[in-house]
Amino acid sequence: MLAFTLRRLWQFVPTLGGVVLLVFVLFNWVGGDPAYLLAGKISNPAQIENIRRQLGVDQSYAVQLGIFVKQIVSADFGASWATNERVSEIFATRLGPSLTVLVPLLAISTLLGMAAAMLVAYVRGSLTDRAVMIACTVGQSVSILVYILVFQYLFAYKLGWFPVQGWGTTFGENLLRYSALAIVVGVAVSLAPDIRLYRTFFLDEIGQDYVRTARAKGMSEARVMWVHVLRNAAIPIVTNVLLQLPGLLAGAFLIERFFGIPGIGREVILAVERSDFPVIKAVTVYVAIATMVVNLAADLLYRAIDPRVQLK
Amino acid sequence: MREQGVWTLAWLRFRRDRIGFASLVIVLAYVAAMLAAAAGWLAQDWSEERGVSYAPPTFVGPDLSAAAAAVAEHRGPVEDYGIPDPLAADLAEIAKTLSGTNTGEARAPTLVFGADKWGRDVLKKTLKGAEVSLFVGLAAALVATLLGTVFGAVAGFRGGWVDDFFNWLYSVFTAIPYLLLVLAVAAVVNQKGVLTVILILGLTGWTGIFRLVRAEYLKHKVREYVLAADAIGASPARRMFVHILPNVSHVVLVQLSLHVVLFIKSEVILTFLGFGVGVETVSWGSMLAEAGSELLLGKWWQITAATIAMALLVTAFSLFTDAMRDALDPRLK
Repeated sequence: MLAFTLRRLWQFVPTLGGVVLLVFVLFNWVGGDPAYLLAGKISNPAQIENIRRQLGVDQSYAVQLGIFVKQIVSADFGASWATNERVSEIFATRLGPSLTVLVPLLAISTLLGMAAAMLVAYVRGSLTDRAVMIACTVGQSVSILVYILVFQYLFAYKLGWFPVQGWGTTFGENLLRYSALAIVVGVAVSLAPDIRLYRTFFLDEIGQDYVRTARAKGMSEARVMWVHVLRNAAIPIVTNVLLQLPGLLAGAFLIERFFGIPGIGREVILAVERSDFPVIKAVTVYVAIATMVVNLAADLLYRAIDPRVQLK
Repeated sequence: MREQGVWTLAWLRFRRDRIGFASLVIVLAYVAAMLAAAAGWLAQDWSEERGVSYAPPTFVGPDLSAAAAAVAEHRGPVEDYGIPDPLAADLAEIAKTLSGTNTGEARAPTLVFGADKWGRDVLKKTLKGAEVSLFVGLAAALVATLLGTVFGAVAGFRGGWVDDFFNWLYSVFTAIPYLLLVLAVAAVVNQKGVLTVILILGLTGWTGIFRLVRAEYLKHKVREYVLAADAIGASPARRMFVHILPNVSHVVLVQLSLHVVLFIKSEVILTFLGFGVGVETVSWGSMLAEAGSELLLGKWWQITAATIAMALLVTAFSLFTDAMRDALDPRLK
């Protein structure tokens, strides 16, 4: 276990190096001289000159790469080009709101998705199963944009059940008042793909020998499904949820943008709109690191839950 | 009895799948519409302002309150601070000529499926948007599939350091969540247009195809038919692309189809955010971008048209992909 963890951590090095190189090539080589980008955005030439000097634009690519690596290692990406806020400060203040929305969203959608998937897997091939599957296919084909626009219009604007957008100061207010509709939309969007995926996990388990054995022993259907099958199907589901987390952190940008939630995702969109490279670079590198760590955690968790899994 | 090829058999199996076949018909109809729009036979005049602003769909009937409001606006009191307007006579003249030309090419009070803010026909916009969205999806999927297949073939077949290199590339690209990578590239390129979107999506979206194709090549390169081809002196390239590729092409085809759907959805989001196709082209994403504020005014037709058009295509494409997978690989069930 320890040997495996250490080996995997060692494998992070080339991957992380590649990510750094990719981001560097994108922003320093393809992106070119930031002075062109910033000319219309920052009026003060001294400030642009300062940014160019910090990036080492006039020096060789090797020196520029060195500067970039130093930024990553010291976790100091300097200040945002648009707002002059420290990038580390942006991260520290935006992570909370993101998690306020994402954690309940993931928890609710996973529980609902598991329950629905178990139900349709139990009655597979029936009319209910096929109807739910078709509904999921259609539901998945509607753009997330439409879900957000329609839900926001209907529940916030027309019916007035939720505030259209905003963010408060206390955690309770944020969670129950401002995040509520965002969570509802997120659950509605992720339910269809979740049910389809989890259904296959349940179907894999329902056909196993141990299920037949449990039935042969005279166990109630409820116990077979809720105890035996659910536990085994939960393994791939939990890993899947874990793997989604880093992607969601940046991927929830549409929800965060529409509901005015000051999270990481909204910051990414703002940064892309303003060509605010330090913020995008930092988000990309850190989310990549988070993805690798979570992948490792998922593998270890898999091993912990299922002793048959061999880690090499 | 005549021997039937694997593709003929797959086609026969596919035809028996009624849902899959119906989906194929819908997909082909969209492709035909795309080609017709590209050739200029359909919806070429989508940007012409035909109707009044926000003209409702014909089956709803003209918007009487808007017309009344427009009249009221014209007769509204003019605050002139007691000074006679020196331009009053000229303005009246201009207004007269303007209204004269207006009656000449009268704007329709209603259109088949309504109009947008500038009075452009929503139905034509949807058709033209289908052209752009479907073309971007198809082209980007082709780019991604080509990259993924070539990388996967070379990595799986060659093995050794080549395999290591492509695996490293794969792990780098998958370490960054897909949409974040797309946005980062979009931020750097900082340029709008159909070609840009195709390249952004295609160059970032090859990883899933690479993984599957590589696994297939690992499996196939030690099979007897490939060893036999080696024995008769077929070059590595020939073995890779003439001998093995046809045997893994069903995997590639299904992936191509899956990625069309993924890229259509991604293009809509990119364009919606303003990083996609430019303002002079219309796509479903730009229609949805306008729809947000329209919905608040109660003008529901544009979002409805774009949503239905997109949902129908994506659903049909997904069902078609499922049916194709079943037909090409009868062992799966």
